[in-house]
Amino acid sequence: MENKDNQGQLWEVFIQSKPGQPYKHAGSVHAYDKEMAIENARDVYTRRGEGTGLWLIPSKEIVAVSNREAEYFFEPADAKIYRHPTFYNVPEGVTNM
Amino acid sequence: MDHKLKYYLQIADNALILSHRLSEYCSNGPFLEEDLANTNVALDLIGLAESTLEEAAKIEGLGRSGDDLAYRRPEHEFYNTLLMEQPNKDFAFIMVRQFFSDAFDYTFFSELSKSKDPFLAALAVKTIKESTYHLRRSSEWMVRLGDGTPEAKVKTQYAVNSLWKYTGEFFKESEADQAMIAEGIGVDLEKLQKTWRQKVKEIFFMAQLECPGEENFIFGGKQGRHSEYLGHILTEMQYLPTKYPDASW
Repeated sequence: MENKDNQGQLWEVFIQSKPGQPYKHAGSVHAYDKEMAIENARDVYTRRGEGTGLWLIPSKEIVAVSNREAEYFFEPADAKIYRHPTFYNVPEGVTNM
Repeated sequence: MDHKLKYYLQIADNALILSHRLSEYCSNGPFLEEDLANTNVALDLIGLAESTLEEAAKIEGLGRSGDDLAYRRPEHEFYNTLLMEQPNKDFAFIMVRQFFSDAFDYTFFSELSKSKDPFLAALAVKTIKESTYHLRRSSEWMVRLGDGTPEAKVKTQYAVNSLWKYTGEFFKESEADQAMIAEGIGVDLEKLQKTWRQKVKEIFFMAQLECPGEENFIFGGKQGRHSEYLGHILTEMQYLPTKYPDASW
């Protein structure tokens, strides 16, 4: 993760499109410090009015599941169809469920 | 020349020429994000220049457009301060020039928002938001460079010392300035100088940069007398309309 070039470290950018909405991952930027990271994210990702909020997280601080682990992390869930609430009848007129 | 027209041109030309200088740097930034950030500032400034020149063309009343004023005006009819036309010597020069200018814009447009001229007051309200951001960004660069590596500090202090002599012109009142101040349209520049200096000193303190005490300033731009650089800028900027007067897209 550590950069050998002089672009600074890598940060992950999360944008909130409207107040109250969740922050969604948008991409990444290079920057030397927190201030520069948030400003670079603003200039790269919110130039066309995409957001009302920004979160920046150093990429190296993100804990992730690797591809190698994916099999035993996620596949066991595939066999447990009863965890999906698909047996309910959704009343007519309800759109957001 | 009509004082109000001249006043509009002073504002527009500062934005137009600095924007052109920044646009020259496009694709030459130290890395992608910084390149975008600088070019974004150039875009904000060209937007400011465009709307001000459109309005100036109406005041002039000769049937010319804002584009005509940008691309068909001779050098001695440009009224930007000399600082704006100074070249992109290195990153420190670009950033110090920007910081001086951003600090001026921030204080200037804050005051201009109280103007009796409805166009200028509205323009100022819109521009303050951009200037606030520009100043935040260039102030942080001052601290990052001044309080950074020994090489960055030397280069930045050199840029500060070299560009300082152009900063007095911001506050040197032209006849247009005085006439507009008298009418409650223009900004009192003498008062502004104190606020500007305070802002610059505050950032330089954090950046551990020395603020030059030198008071021998160079003037001329606001009277249409420019350094060797503006002619070169205009040759490039006005090339197309000069060569192909009817070109359009």
